[in-house]
Amino acid sequence: MKKVVSVGLAAAMVVSMAACAGSETTESTAAADTTAAAENSGEDTAATDGMEEFVIGTTGPLTGSAASYGTSVKQGEEIAIQEINEAGGVTVGDKTYKLVLNYQDDEASEETAVTAFNTLLDSGMNAYIGAVTTGACLAQTDLSAEANILQITPSASAEAVTENDNVFRLCFTDPLQGEMIAQYVVDNGYESVAVLYNNADEYSTGIHDAFVEKINEADSSLLVADESFTTGDVDFTTQLTQIKNSGAKLLFVPAYYGDVAYIVQQASDAGMDCDFVGSDGWDGILGQVTDPTLVEGAVFLSPFLATDASVADFVEKYEAAYGATPDQFAADGYDCVYVIKAAMEQAGSIETDALIQAMTEISVDGLTGSVTFDASGEPTKSAKFVQIVDGAYTAM
Amino acid sequence: MLTSILEQLINGLRTGSIYALIALGYTMVYGIAKMINFAHGDIIMVGAYTLYIGIALLHLPVIPAMILTAVVCSVLGVLIEKIAYKPLRKAPPLAVLITAIGMSYFLQSMALLIFSSTPIPFKSVINLETVQIGSVHISGITIITLLVTTITMVALTLFINKTRAGSAMRAVSEDRGAAELMGINVNKTISMTFAIGSALAAVAGILYICQYQSLRPTLGALPGIKAFVAAVLGGIGSVPGAMLGGIVLGIIESLAKAYISTELADAIVFGVLVIVLLVRPAGLLGKKKLVKV
Repeated sequence: MKKVVSVGLAAAMVVSMAACAGSETTESTAAADTTAAAENSGEDTAATDGMEEFVIGTTGPLTGSAASYGTSVKQGEEIAIQEINEAGGVTVGDKTYKLVLNYQDDEASEETAVTAFNTLLDSGMNAYIGAVTTGACLAQTDLSAEANILQITPSASAEAVTENDNVFRLCFTDPLQGEMIAQYVVDNGYESVAVLYNNADEYSTGIHDAFVEKINEADSSLLVADESFTTGDVDFTTQLTQIKNSGAKLLFVPAYYGDVAYIVQQASDAGMDCDFVGSDGWDGILGQVTDPTLVEGAVFLSPFLATDASVADFVEKYEAAYGATPDQFAADGYDCVYVIKAAMEQAGSIETDALIQAMTEISVDGLTGSVTFDASGEPTKSAKFVQIVDGAYTAM
Repeated sequence: MLTSILEQLINGLRTGSIYALIALGYTMVYGIAKMINFAHGDIIMVGAYTLYIGIALLHLPVIPAMILTAVVCSVLGVLIEKIAYKPLRKAPPLAVLITAIGMSYFLQSMALLIFSSTPIPFKSVINLETVQIGSVHISGITIITLLVTTITMVALTLFINKTRAGSAMRAVSEDRGAAELMGINVNKTISMTFAIGSALAAVAGILYICQYQSLRPTLGALPGIKAFVAAVLGGIGSVPGAMLGGIVLGIIESLAKAYISTELADAIVFGVLVIVLLVRPAGLLGKKKLVKV
């Protein structure tokens, strides 16, 4: 027996050593490859249009349950960068820069987000847009502060995201969304409301807490059920049954569309007929439900609506390029690029400190409305209510 | 209040009966092969994706697609046994356990490679209106789930107790060596057990996907683990134990979520498991085996 154990241990050691050696080699080769590639592309562009490159790094989910958000941000950014480069790049002082996007998939996971961010740092970037989801973004803010990089998140809405001075936010915050929904409930004269939120997720909890506080301030008898679930749950029947029997006329679900798709389906199965209201994570829900009538009439917050006349130009370009209607994440990504452009022009430099300084001095009239930033990194802008009517997103 | 309790009991019964279906696979395989087949949960996932391929991509009618699902899962179950477990039949139990976990990851990664991790929405193929009795609502899929699991369990019990093949299974589970001496083909019996267990997982997969309508590579992991707990709770190796364990687990989970706390529900479920095992180490219906030395 002893012999077997010792042979096993020896084997394990050999394997682990081999594994270490293996990974080291791959890493160094990969690094060499990137440098070589960077040099090549640098030479190529210098030869073709004589502009220096300004690299914008981004991480967001391109796969996984939040893939729709990351893909949209990426496509929005690509359109903005293409527009800017076609118009002759960004002029900073006496130099002109060509924008380049380096996008890494972070699967909306905190661990992957850190790795992806480090990959971006290693290959060199001048400013960072990201991360797309809150959890991933929180995992990166300290890293970006340490590396002293200007970070603008298109869509991470937890308050803590902008704690560091180098981090700015384009979307509105979680608590603000909760307060706006509470106001909506009061304004529309609902007598009873229930909330179902993900208590393992900063985004969902942030909205929930502000909502509950605000609604109780207005009238403490309004909130009749307060139920929760955790990330990865697919069965909500128990919570929904509780909510149904509480007699709530309206159900507020501050969550991402993946969870919402399960919730609306199971609510219908349980024979519920209440109205739905949601946070901006609902954007994309029509692509995830099997039957659009399940969410007919639902209302959610969104800073962007593709059917608006003011954004028709962007929507047309986006549809031509990707064959899909842009959502708020695409608009957020697009606006972030223009915010960076404005900051570069204002700063007259591409040094991080100058860019950060310039952020509070600019005003950008973007797809998601006109936005300015304060020193704490928060945007000043307004939100729109969107309703699903006849299986399409409609402005209210 | 009464309506609420009744509805929560029905919710529990529904999830519980799916757990029971899956738990049957664990318990049958444990009874015969004396191993925990951790890849069993992922067979559910394969079943769900097969149904999706059959209906959404190959445009098969519902019934042939379901039969295809059951056949694919059974064949996969038998193949897994032949390739991964059979060569290890004489190996220490730990090696088999690790192989089973490896198999589980293998299946998940294959699904990840082929279909990516983005959830695929899939419209239920079972469309039955929600039924209202008094003030209690029962969804169509709940009724179908309860019907299908009851029929499957009765059929399985009859098969095990009344047919020659069923007797062979019981004999192998009782004493493999003796069964072999009595002329029972042990390899064939083990293959058959894996085929039946995987077919049950396919049924669970179909019900699961019609209930939740969204496909992802990890969908089998959580029900797989819960069903394993159900099998242990009921007494691993015991077929009626798996059925009872699954249903008890589903009901405890539902009631705990509804009346105690959503966050504590899993802790309560596992707490019950610990208490049951302290009082009855072989599980609710498990047989205590005396080993003579």
